[in-house]
Amino acid sequence: MAAATRLSVRNIHKSFGAHEVLRGISLDAHDGDVISLLGASGSGKSTFLRCINLLEIADQGEIVVDGERIEMTMKNGHAVPASRKQVDRIRAELGMVFQSFNLWSHMTILDNVIEGPVHVLKRPRAECIAEAEALLEKVGIAEKRHAYPAHLSGGQQQRAAIARALAMKPKVMLFDEPTSALDPELVGEVLRVMRSLAEEGMTMLVVTHEMGFARNVSNRVIFMRSGEIDSDGPPEELFGKGGSPAFRQFIGTFGK
Amino acid sequence: MWLVETLGFGQTGWGGLLLMGALMTLCVTLAALLLGAVLGAIVAAAKLSQSRAIRTAGGVYTTIFRGVPELLIIYLVYFGGSSAVTAIGAYFGFEGFLGMPSFIAGALAVGLICGAYQAEVYRGAFLAIPKGELEAAEAIGMHRFLRFRRIIMPQVLRFAIPGIGNVWQLSLKDSALVSVTGLADLMRTSQVAAGSTRQYFLFFIAGGCLYLVLTSMSDRLFARAERRASRSMPAGIGQI
Repeated sequence: MAAATRLSVRNIHKSFGAHEVLRGISLDAHDGDVISLLGASGSGKSTFLRCINLLEIADQGEIVVDGERIEMTMKNGHAVPASRKQVDRIRAELGMVFQSFNLWSHMTILDNVIEGPVHVLKRPRAECIAEAEALLEKVGIAEKRHAYPAHLSGGQQQRAAIARALAMKPKVMLFDEPTSALDPELVGEVLRVMRSLAEEGMTMLVVTHEMGFARNVSNRVIFMRSGEIDSDGPPEELFGKGGSPAFRQFIGTFGK
Repeated sequence: MWLVETLGFGQTGWGGLLLMGALMTLCVTLAALLLGAVLGAIVAAAKLSQSRAIRTAGGVYTTIFRGVPELLIIYLVYFGGSSAVTAIGAYFGFEGFLGMPSFIAGALAVGLICGAYQAEVYRGAFLAIPKGELEAAEAIGMHRFLRFRRIIMPQVLRFAIPGIGNVWQLSLKDSALVSVTGLADLMRTSQVAAGSTRQYFLFFIAGGCLYLVLTSMSDRLFARAERRASRSMPAGIGQI
């Protein structure tokens, strides 16, 4: 039984100036896949994630979201999206969770969560509020819905940011180091939410340094090194005997 | 008794005229602030533009209008404007000097100046918005105009309030210079009253007091707006 391909990325290249950050990355994510992207800082994993929803524009390569290919064109020797409209539509289908939460600070938590559904998807407000409240309940911060982001802890803000992304009913969730900015005691509450999402069958791409999550929650681990995929496989295999020497060395620095 | 009569609202009192002058000062400044807000927003956008030519144009504007004395700008607008009006009049067959309405000249001149200051305020306010919040708006699929309306505008206004309060106060005082064009604002009225009664101390102090009333009242208004806008900020930030 082959699950539907939610996201397909082909041969992504990206340079910043003379420095080539991504050297041909390809990846397919099927429905329900939870893929952990590991790698030392500077290995290109965050850039790769940001290329998928075009926060960075890849110099080369192809991105297909749920069967729809993002059309690119050349302008002054640079690749640019051919249609802003298509980009906005595809971005609405990809939920993004940032390392630094990036909640809109002038809006309450509830307003943050309904902003996308109401103004981007143009759905009825009352319906969005009901759904948003259910989502906030789910991530465990329903009682904070009328508070502003600045009055929440980092863990609460990140859970609110996850609720904001989920409110768009995304086809794929992208997590860019979601727990790296958190105090250690707050990491658990965010990981719990992510784990329950994974169990519900959400397709997820997670850039992380949480080895426990990569090992126990994801069904596939990709280890990136200097802009290339070094190892790729199920966690049992990579964390068992199958990992490359570079991967072993990498997890060695974490295990202690 | 004499004091009440001179400053009062009776037939020989100047109170009514002084209040009218204060109202005129308020109106000129308000008109200037609104014009300056439009100019300021445009110039701020120019200074944040990706195009170097547009950035330079914005820079030239702020350099000129912040760097040249206010009085010179007022003369330039009033007399320059008047000669333009006269030329247009001559074209349609009017003869002789036609003055530019001094209210319009004043509001335009002060507006041009405070536009330059407001541009800096808006630019700073835009730069104060965390970059990540703009990225989050992009990532959720907001198009450019929606981002501007929902994420950028509200935050720029919030961050700009203290700066705008400052510009308002400066403009209120700059507007006194408009009295050179004969506009019956608070400054001009105080001057006329002082001259014709020879009670210089009395009327300039009365005028000064009325300016203080205007500035301290608007100060309060801005402080209130600032408190409202800083509700969403962490305790201590944005609150004086």
